[in-house]
Amino acid sequence: MPEYETRVGMECHAELLTESKMFCGCRNEFGGEPNSRTCPVCLGLPGSLPVMNKKAVEHVVRTALALNCTISLHSIFHRKNYFYPDLPKGYQISQYGNTPIGTNGWLEIERADGTTKRIRITRVHLEEDTGKLIHSDGAGYSVVDYNRSGVPLMEIVTDFPPDIESAEEARLYAETLRSVLLYLQVSDGKMEQGSLRAEPNPSVRPVGSDTFGVKTELKNLNSFRSVQRGIEYEAKRQIEVIEGGGRVVQETRGWDDDKGVSFSQRSKEVEQEYRYFPEPDLIPLDFDVKWLDSLRESLPELPNEKKRRLAEQYGLPASDAAQLVLERETADFFEAAAKGAKDPKAIANWMLGDLARLANAESVPVHATQVTPGALAGMVGLIESGAITGKIAKSVLEEMVATGKTAAQVVEEKGLTVSGADEVAGIVANVVAANPDVVAKIKAGNDKSIGFLVGQVMKESKGRAKPDDVNRLLKDEIAKQ
Amino acid sequence: MALTREEVGRVAVLARLALTHDETDRLTHHLNDLLGQFAHLQELDTEDVPPTSHAVPVQATLREDVARPSLPREAVLANGPQVDPEAGGFIVPQVIGE
Amino acid sequence: MDLHTLTAHELAEKIKSRDVSARAVTDAFLARIEAVDGDVKAFVTVTADRARETADAVDRRLAAGEEVGPLAGVPVALKDNLCTEGVETTCGSKILRGFVPPYNATVVDKLLGAGAVSLGKANMDEFAMGSSTENSALFTTRNPWDLSRVPGGSSGGSAAAVAAGEAPLALGSDTGGSIRQPAAFCGLVGVKPTYGRVSRYGLVAFASSLDQIGPFARNTRDAALLLSVIAGHDPCDSTSVPRPVPDYRAGLNGDVRGLRLGVPSQYFAEGIAPNVQAAVLQAVELLESLGAKVETVSLPYTEYVLPAYYILAPAEASSNLARYDGVRYGHRTTGARDHIGLFEKTRDEGFGAEVKQRIMIGTYALSHGYYDAFYLKAQQARTLIQRDFAACWQSGIDALVTPTAPSVAFGVGEKADDPLAMKLSDICTLSANMAGIPALSQCCGFSEDGLPIGLQLMGPAFSEETLLRIAHAYELATDWHTRRAPL
Repeated sequence: MPEYETRVGMECHAELLTESKMFCGCRNEFGGEPNSRTCPVCLGLPGSLPVMNKKAVEHVVRTALALNCTISLHSIFHRKNYFYPDLPKGYQISQYGNTPIGTNGWLEIERADGTTKRIRITRVHLEEDTGKLIHSDGAGYSVVDYNRSGVPLMEIVTDFPPDIESAEEARLYAETLRSVLLYLQVSDGKMEQGSLRAEPNPSVRPVGSDTFGVKTELKNLNSFRSVQRGIEYEAKRQIEVIEGGGRVVQETRGWDDDKGVSFSQRSKEVEQEYRYFPEPDLIPLDFDVKWLDSLRESLPELPNEKKRRLAEQYGLPASDAAQLVLERETADFFEAAAKGAKDPKAIANWMLGDLARLANAESVPVHATQVTPGALAGMVGLIESGAITGKIAKSVLEEMVATGKTAAQVVEEKGLTVSGADEVAGIVANVVAANPDVVAKIKAGNDKSIGFLVGQVMKESKGRAKPDDVNRLLKDEIAKQ
Repeated sequence: MALTREEVGRVAVLARLALTHDETDRLTHHLNDLLGQFAHLQELDTEDVPPTSHAVPVQATLREDVARPSLPREAVLANGPQVDPEAGGFIVPQVIGE
Repeated sequence: MDLHTLTAHELAEKIKSRDVSARAVTDAFLARIEAVDGDVKAFVTVTADRARETADAVDRRLAAGEEVGPLAGVPVALKDNLCTEGVETTCGSKILRGFVPPYNATVVDKLLGAGAVSLGKANMDEFAMGSSTENSALFTTRNPWDLSRVPGGSSGGSAAAVAAGEAPLALGSDTGGSIRQPAAFCGLVGVKPTYGRVSRYGLVAFASSLDQIGPFARNTRDAALLLSVIAGHDPCDSTSVPRPVPDYRAGLNGDVRGLRLGVPSQYFAEGIAPNVQAAVLQAVELLESLGAKVETVSLPYTEYVLPAYYILAPAEASSNLARYDGVRYGHRTTGARDHIGLFEKTRDEGFGAEVKQRIMIGTYALSHGYYDAFYLKAQQARTLIQRDFAACWQSGIDALVTPTAPSVAFGVGEKADDPLAMKLSDICTLSANMAGIPALSQCCGFSEDGLPIGLQLMGPAFSEETLLRIAHAYELATDWHTRRAPL
């Protein structure tokens, strides 16, 4: 069997974060009672006309700039004509041809081994979302809800031939893209709600072949994990088809995450032909170069830049920096906590370790627990100054997450401060007095036995004694015997 | 370029028109008539002539991103020829496989 | 006094001075409708109760000494493709039977804001596709000058209503001549404004890049008043132009001295009836005698107007009419098993023959492999047609004078079986829509059998004031506009 290689094109759709829909004033929100956020425009009532949402345009331009695209100074909208019950006008307003808002950009991904790769992007364009069909099994019919109809949607398509060469790269691409969208605050990136949709087109070919294999399009992938699993499955399936003497059929396939299989979505659907033509109800967008410059200048620091800077500025390992920058708020949290900290790496460790675990248990992002950056910095400060031990800090952090109190407050209330030297001296005296045989062994030169006494002291002090103090005081006390 | 009945049938499918046999015949005839009338347009020299979509040049005016009240649901559903008031939506034949 | 014979201005003045109540005016027109509409069949829906309520509200305001709008108490008929909140809007189609819009078209709101009283909805060719109202799925409207003839179309109901004295004013829409041709057939003033001058929001779309709403009236002053009320930028229509609206009556000074009028040779060619040519040329001579300078001009791309129009308009229509699928409003077939069946049967049952034909042409012209040969070609031809006009304006021409229609009103059924002959009746009016320029039709004489003949004025974008001024000057020197249909 020849070796096969995989190529993946990616088409991603992101619903834009705006107050109102793309062409009307209906609120842009997820969910809600069916058809409760509709009007003549998004219902496609006769006579209604679209008027473009400025914010949606701005979001797409900013994204295109962040993805290193060329901006079309004259950008045209088209009608994509097809019939479907969730499409109220019988056409979708979209952008076709060579004048989408953004063209010819790229996004850099970083593989697990730290190497990077540029994934070329062919177009970034603006269009409108469709309504939704609700299927009720018992009723024998479907019901259409147009709440989502007209929600602004951005489409981002990778270039051909595809740069993505594995399922993992496809996942990394989707993750990195999501980060960029979150940084720009143009999308909430929620794959599970469908506000970010990734549709990979995987194909396989024998290594060394100079033509590309037939691709299939995968749908219903609602997590990064399923993006990777879906492509892995599909590549394997395609190879099996070819090896079995068959031919891969170009088609749309759904992904069943529970069963871990893809399935054909081909229905008896008649021929699709979209009959694109320029949308006469909208005027093409003419962008002002100065406006574009000002948008470019106002772009935030993007994840890749931030990752490099954090690693350098705070001396973090690349892998830590990569994790911190996945969401902008996490990186902001880190920087706020690390500002003025003696050991920023310790802050990162706590964030990616215990705090991440505690946040996860509460199903919130690491930056969204009750712990403020200042409080986390305060806790690390207490460890650095020796006021609490690392072990105590773990339980202190738990309490901080639960109550929102500062480390100092928790330590104070629970009496968790390291015991004073006098107190420790008293415990040491008691332990020495209670273990004459051990003391004798030590005096006889068996140094290792001191460990037992240290343990006893720590136990008596409930962990609040500093091991250095204990060691020194024990040696003094034994010497006195 | 004469249009065949089959091509007319294909266009009717695209346009979602269930044409009767007679209608298809009539339309085939009529469309060919019109194409004949339009033949001289095909010969017009349009090299380097840009297409016109909008006759009157106007600057695109965009809308501020402000949410406004939507229609009351009863008003939305009032025109529906077949609605499910409980589900609050328009009824269509069951769509399977999605 | 027969109130229904008065002009809109006369009515507005009488109501404002409380010489007569708005209610009495509305009642007079409702009575006139009652009396003649059985023959004319201009109205699809008469909203008598609403009209009386609106009129009463005007009277109350006047009684209270409040400010009222320029059309306070003046009745208006609305073409049935203008959305009216709470009033069925059918577009002359079976597929929209029972559709009651939950909103008003912008022009309807503007009319109501100006105090106008809507009498109801006027008949039209289905989806404005036609030149006679014979394509209406409801019934055919008759020409008040001769009930055996068509009133023109597609805004035939609006035109007939005004010509029959059932309304002093009406709104129509014009995609290829649908205001001007019926205005000519009914002896009225009809204006197709510059594309973007009047908001299309709430106008059920036929061909979006060509459609404009405009006024019908019995004289230029009334048309100018109605246009002043409905024109202007609308934030709900991206293609409406943000440009201040003048009071179009202000320029009606009767003075055409020094204006340069072009007579395009292509519009006085074979196919244009000799009596029409003669009447129009006589009008040109009259304008010359009033001080205008007349010269012959050429619009060489005229022969491409018809084919280009009959590709572009159906292409846009095929897309605009895709929304009629039986899901959200209007007609729906019964017993469909899947959505494709639902769409195909609903549309087959709901659309008439002419509409289906245009959907088919448009779908074909946009389909893969034919786009460049048809749609793109037609758009390029459109550019050349525009350049023809631009060259005229650049050479200093202020307006062009042509016939509005190749003949006077034809008989009901005369052209129904000859689609091409029907389309040729738009031959003089299509170019203004293609170029986006304003155009106006007014009466310039009568045929031997007493049917009105229409003259068309076309001018550069936003030259409505000039066109109205010329038409008004012509009106001052003639009395065609004072004749009334023999009903």
